[in-house]
Amino acid sequence: MSAFRALLGRDLRLAARSGGGAALALGFFALVATLVPLGIGPDVKILARIAGGILWVAAVLAGLLSLDRLFQGDFEDGSLDVIALSPLSLESVALAKILAHWFSTGLPLTLISPLLAILFNLPPGPTLVLFISLLIGTPSVSAVGAIGASLTLSLKRGGLILPLIILPLLTPAVIFGAGSVAALMDGMQPGGGLILLAAFAAAACLLSPFAAAAAVRLNLGG
Amino acid sequence: MQLLFRYANPHAFMRLSGALLPFTAAATILLIAIGLYLGFTVPPDYQQGMTVTMMFVHVPAATMAELAYGVIAVASFFSLVWRHPLSDVAARAAAPYGALFTALGLITGSLWGRPMWGTWWQWDGRLTSFLLLLFVYLGYMALWNAIEDETRAARAAAILGLVGAVNIPIIKFSVDWWTTLHQGESIISGKLAPVFLWPLLVMMAGYAFLFVTLWMIAIRTEILSRKARTLMLGGP
Repeated sequence: MSAFRALLGRDLRLAARSGGGAALALGFFALVATLVPLGIGPDVKILARIAGGILWVAAVLAGLLSLDRLFQGDFEDGSLDVIALSPLSLESVALAKILAHWFSTGLPLTLISPLLAILFNLPPGPTLVLFISLLIGTPSVSAVGAIGASLTLSLKRGGLILPLIILPLLTPAVIFGAGSVAALMDGMQPGGGLILLAAFAAAACLLSPFAAAAAVRLNLGG
Repeated sequence: MQLLFRYANPHAFMRLSGALLPFTAAATILLIAIGLYLGFTVPPDYQQGMTVTMMFVHVPAATMAELAYGVIAVASFFSLVWRHPLSDVAARAAAPYGALFTALGLITGSLWGRPMWGTWWQWDGRLTSFLLLLFVYLGYMALWNAIEDETRAARAAAILGLVGAVNIPIIKFSVDWWTTLHQGESIISGKLAPVFLWPLLVMMAGYAFLFVTLWMIAIRTEILSRKARTLMLGGP
């Protein structure tokens, strides 16, 4: 457990101090949210209608930004070999990396999302649903993303192939997340979508450490 | 299981597939020829007119697109559990044809949708999940091609193949949920009359044999090219 906490702490410090991974993801998220109204026009009715979808898509894309470095940095400088030799199982290592990624991208994005929802003129009720959906849904982005990151960790240009692998697998999160916001906008109950989203995220967080660990193991030649 | 492993030996597979290939190729040509003849001579549907013939090329393609992913999933499982090189080759060889059938299903569906729904594309549950299936295939093939070391690429692709096998039903479910939320266009439902059913079944069998034939040729090509590579390197 202490090894787990040490690894988590190390990855969080690395994310915070090496060029600000979290700030970068936040900047990207805010920029996409700013560009969309410029492309679509300032009609507040349309913007409120699409806010849930746009912010969800932007959150998934922002989560992808730092994903290709999830295992790659440690792989290149050899620290992944050392971590693999530690008593901590590779599954727990993968879980620690997923958590660290979520703390440095998914969580900040969620916290800033109500602010961006105001820019989109989203009413308070749907804003709350958006906030909750991002809170429970973005861990699945980190979890499913970890599978892609571990599969491509030995590739020089893994960043190009990663989105192609990951984005189709993440469609359920976007559908349920943005769908529950849209449901409330249409006067329906958002609960169903949120529960399905929570189920998807839970399954992703539970299963992906095993897939990611298997992929790390094959790349370490074990 | 024993029998399966006997034919999982590349030499045994080469012999067996070499003997089977002429028959599966002949069956493909025969079945598709009969299916096309039957398909073009059906009476016009009371609602769709002659565009109903589109069904005979569209539905089998869509079915094979899904079956090919099943083949990849099973082969990936075999490759991860028993580390058998032939199952890697089998999974890799199935992917381009799966992608091809998915693309065919989308294209013929689009051509059918134009006269029937009055639009080339509809964000309907089935269409959308097929588009996503195409991307899953492309990602799978891209991963195979990106990793240079062959055994590493095989195991990475096998993991991705199984992850996809778990995720594709979820994607399908979520897309269906999405279209019911948005009140999508309902697909023309109803029981199929026997006049239409028979050509469809014949065409499905024809497509299945086409897939098996192409798949076996691709596996044979890969085995032979690996052999050639070993010979060129002066290896054993």
